Amino acid sequence: MSGDSWVPSVLPAYRRRPLLDRLWVALLGLSVVLILLALFLILGNIAINGAGQLSWEFISQPPREGLTAGGIYPAIVGTAMLVMIMTVVAVPFGVATAVYLHEYTPAEGPRLAWVRFRASAGRKGRAKLLLRFVSTLLAVATRSAVANLAGVPSIVFGLFGLGFFIQFVGGGMDRALHGGEIVWGQGNLIWAALTLALLTLPTVIVATEEALRTVAWEQREASLALGATRWETIRRIVLPAAMPGILTGGILGISRGAGEVAPILFTGAAYYLPYLPERLTDQFMHLGYHVLILSTQSPDVEATKPILFGTVFVLLALTFLLNLTGVLIRARTRSKMREGR
Amino acid sequence: MRSELSQSRPARLRHAIDGLMTGVFTGAGLIAIAFIFLIFFFTLRESLPVFINPEVKEEANLRAFFIEAQPGDSMIDRYIWQPTSANPKMSFIPLILGTLKATLVGLLVAIPLGVAAALFTAEFAPRRLREVIKPVIELLAGIPSVVLGFFALIVLATWVQDLFGFTYRLNAWNAGLALGLALIPIVFSITEDGFTAVPRSYRDASLALGSTRLQTAIKVVLPAAAPAIFAAFVLAFGRAIGETMILLMAGGNAAITSFDLADPLRTLSATIAAELGEVVFGSGHYAALFFMGTLLFVITFISNTAGELVIRAMRKRMQGEG
Repeated sequence: MSGDSWVPSVLPAYRRRPLLDRLWVALLGLSVVLILLALFLILGNIAINGAGQLSWEFISQPPREGLTAGGIYPAIVGTAMLVMIMTVVAVPFGVATAVYLHEYTPAEGPRLAWVRFRASAGRKGRAKLLLRFVSTLLAVATRSAVANLAGVPSIVFGLFGLGFFIQFVGGGMDRALHGGEIVWGQGNLIWAALTLALLTLPTVIVATEEALRTVAWEQREASLALGATRWETIRRIVLPAAMPGILTGGILGISRGAGEVAPILFTGAAYYLPYLPERLTDQFMHLGYHVLILSTQSPDVEATKPILFGTVFVLLALTFLLNLTGVLIRARTRSKMREGR
Repeated sequence: MRSELSQSRPARLRHAIDGLMTGVFTGAGLIAIAFIFLIFFFTLRESLPVFINPEVKEEANLRAFFIEAQPGDSMIDRYIWQPTSANPKMSFIPLILGTLKATLVGLLVAIPLGVAAALFTAEFAPRRLREVIKPVIELLAGIPSVVLGFFALIVLATWVQDLFGFTYRLNAWNAGLALGLALIPIVFSITEDGFTAVPRSYRDASLALGSTRLQTAIKVVLPAAAPAIFAAFVLAFGRAIGETMILLMAGGNAAITSFDLADPLRTLSATIAAELGEVVFGSGHYAALFFMGTLLFVITFISNTAGELVIRAMRKRMQGEG
């Protein structure tokens, strides 16, 4: 710009970018390009090879001829049922846990609660303060357990599902209700869904608590001051305001659960089933598990390849649609928040 | 506006509902909390026979897992994982080595790429571009690991083999590359957060002293966000150790004691995934697999806790200075 002549002499040094600088910045930018390239290579490859597979037959017929022909209808239905049961369990429980943690446990930390308890020596109502201290401790322990649970490998959830749900709970139910006949003590829809629900629980809890945190205390206080009860405040003020955040967290959690295979390997996914699951004790086919089977145990790799790509495409489309919705809602609320400030 | 709350219901009923809901939330919260602790407790319980049960201890014990070597000259003959043979050999060494090899390659891919991309996005990308880059890289995190495993197994392995001429199609390079893709979003988002959290005054001071934006980024912002990079490293490590499907599909599934990155491998997680389906309940093999799970649990627990602590400390410090 020509009108710049009055600018002090330091500024040009900041504006000027020597050639070497530009090269370095370009190199940093290249890493972004590389990552995006890898992403598009994967997605492009799957889209090109997989989209062509889509046909009414592919999504409405069961597999035939040892998985080398036919469609993936039972896997789609199985995945949908699994994800629905998982959602019905994980989202209400996750949201309720977060509400409990954020709205019902005391806002102060254990240290302050302890000091208050100590200071109340000899006064009435000490028991209440002690209880308050205990519940702050519980809240802290739960928060760190939730944070850690989010990082626990998904295969460990599979171990837990097998050891706890199938053998301990399922086996126990069989002994008590069916005289030792195996009904509940094997992999099935409900155990797999519960295992996955546990896996998604931390995502839902963390996201919901974060959303609750964005609701200003003044709003709650105003509601309470007008005579609303705590539940009315939560129901009418807090939850509606936090809804976008809760929705995002829920959707991201569900999409993670929909794509996970490791936890359902031993808890109920079936190699091939000629029928759809009808009861909670039935096994089920699953898109992700189907991908694993087709790519590692196919008798004829070349013949299954088109079906394999088609299955991956459907699975990816499902998780991406969920994910995209979540990311978009979050991006919208974030920019709204920024404007609001 | 008419308040339907206070006028439609008598106060006593409203307070009864309030008390009921308090009970519901407390109950739901406590149940969820109980399950979370149950996972910690139960995985551990199933692996306890390794220490307690004399029958199980016979074949599955800490010595067999970590120390005992078979007679033989090479590493491959000395440390063997063959849990179902007539004379079970349960050395964790080949599996640990496989896990570390894949993790190493994965981190070698993800850390430099993720940090560089985050630095570019935070310091040089125009705002509009940044709003595009971030969600797109988040999409990468949304790809299920079974899909990455499939891609590495069917497509990437052939490309990598053609390019470098490896003897085996499936090896640590191939599996690690795919693993790296899964780790990049973790590294990117944590370090990007770290870079943007560096107070503006740092940059202003550096620029006012006459340094260029690149000098500012490399010599001021990068060191200031060192804890974030450490946290990203630790958390990516935790994720890599536990990742299952990618390694199960693209690792080659060969439990051999080898330091060569071009050899096929088998990780701890993939071993659980491959063998738990056919294991005899209560056997030494069963306890050994749960012990592996406990091991993964403990390692990821430590790395996640370390990462979280560093991030929290950093946030506090930045808020104080910002």
